[in-house]
Amino acid sequence: MTTILETRSLNKEFGAVIAAKDLNVQVAKGEVVGVIGSNGAGKTTFINMVTGYLKPTRGEILFNGKSILGHSPRAITRAGMARSFQVAQLFPDMSVIDNLIVALAAAESPRPSFLSPLRSDARIARAEEILAEFGIENYQNSKVTAVPQGARKLVDIAMALIGNPQMLLLDEPTSGVSMDEKTGLMDTVMNAVRQHGVTVLFVEHDMDVVERYVSRVLAFYSGEIIADGKPAAVLADNRVRDLVTGHRPTHKKGNGAS
Amino acid sequence: MRFDKTEISLALVAIACVLFGFVSPGWLIFLLTIALAKALVVQGVVMQMRSGLVSFGQGLFYCIGGYTVGMGGQFFGIHDAIAALALGMAVAIVVAMILGLLLTRYRDIFFAMLSLAFSMILFGILVKSQGLGSTDGFNVHNWTVFGWAPETGADSQQTVFTMTVLAGLLIAVLIHRYTKAGIGVICEAVRENEVRVEYLGLSPRWLLYGNYVAAASVSALGGGLTALATGHVDPEMAYWTTSGEFIFIALLGGLGHVAAPFIAAIVFSVVRTYSIEFVPNTWQMILGFTLLGVIVFLPKGLWSLVSREKSGERT
Repeated sequence: MTTILETRSLNKEFGAVIAAKDLNVQVAKGEVVGVIGSNGAGKTTFINMVTGYLKPTRGEILFNGKSILGHSPRAITRAGMARSFQVAQLFPDMSVIDNLIVALAAAESPRPSFLSPLRSDARIARAEEILAEFGIENYQNSKVTAVPQGARKLVDIAMALIGNPQMLLLDEPTSGVSMDEKTGLMDTVMNAVRQHGVTVLFVEHDMDVVERYVSRVLAFYSGEIIADGKPAAVLADNRVRDLVTGHRPTHKKGNGAS
Repeated sequence: MRFDKTEISLALVAIACVLFGFVSPGWLIFLLTIALAKALVVQGVVMQMRSGLVSFGQGLFYCIGGYTVGMGGQFFGIHDAIAALALGMAVAIVVAMILGLLLTRYRDIFFAMLSLAFSMILFGILVKSQGLGSTDGFNVHNWTVFGWAPETGADSQQTVFTMTVLAGLLIAVLIHRYTKAGIGVICEAVRENEVRVEYLGLSPRWLLYGNYVAAASVSALGGGLTALATGHVDPEMAYWTTSGEFIFIALLGGLGHVAAPFIAAIVFSVVRTYSIEFVPNTWQMILGFTLLGVIVFLPKGLWSLVSREKSGERT
């Protein structure tokens, strides 16, 4: 399979603290990769480096075989790698649909128009389609601050997907979402990414979610990858059980697995 | 080209203003001209406030617009008012394109103070420039409009008032469209969440840069019209208190509508004129209390009175 993302000996140091140590990761096109690890293990640091938010201390990042090291987040986004955030990054004074319309305009051109209205009929219609696809059409005209956390997460992910990325990085897509909502949210997201044919890498603390949706797991501990493989194998790994998940029984993979 | 309700309303108000100018006393026309010209400068301040930046130095472009009009007639034989105003805007655009490269790297108080610093640098240069009249400034030559020379006095006042109203209308319509256009809305998005804008593949810095340059040109037009109306320019135009006045008016009006700076500038002018008339030693205090009252009771500015009325909200 073709590799879409590759990191070579990726390191990040914050003074004496080593947040990422020799991270060598290869993600193939079409994979759904889960990243697990306790707080401070380096998961978000990894995503932040790959998406240009943090500059690695050492190492190389290749996207579709080309180096993206030192590129700005916007250049990386334009290259086809989008992300969502642990805390949904939205425009709080705008309605849900206006958030999507801004994302649509951004996807169309990096140079927004000076005089043509942003809220064109075509963009409104497309935004309505996206809202329906994500099942949040009821919140269309609500301010994003007034909608539930799960819906905010979906808006955040929908905005990331609008630019038709080849790869999507999700930072804890279910954090802050109730247990009841998690499966619904992830089903919606995974349906959308499958439709778009997007490669996905997501950070997750909920092992049930990981087992259900990913084809491969990377387990982080103290800035290093301590296990990489199929979910069942990684979650059964003694080091992972000791250092990441705790001694928990492994569950059978659900029918939502891809 | 289609015009929306706001644009038609603005046009009707502009026509009413021009007609009002024919029957109004000279002193009132002069006050309105200065208020409307300053409102154009404030439009530049408001454009930046919408993107989350407060310029403490918009006097820089006000002064550039004014001095270019003055110097155009004095030194370069440019007597046509329209050409001189356009030149003022062009000079402001060039200056903003240079300064914007540095300024748009900064946010919050750093942007505010740096913009003020550039304005004060210009003030310092003008004060030391004997050829430009130093602290006294210099008078603006008699000007023409497309070859027609208005008589000095009432005729000239009436002409510059009409030009100011028409310029105000044109700029108001353009800004109204700008705020609803891609760049206008996305500049507001930058204010709300710069990180998200970056991760949508856009450059917040270049958006703010474009906005800064556009705001500079509008403010320079206000400066040029003020120079034509007063017939004089001096370094005070770039002084920090002048820039403070523009922020005062911006806060007074609020960011809610393109008409707000015009209304606020007229209210400001009336309050200041009557304060000086009736309480000459404490007029600054009256202005201070006015601003205090607006911030406490109308934090979104005078325009919130209109928007509340429209939405049926009552306090």
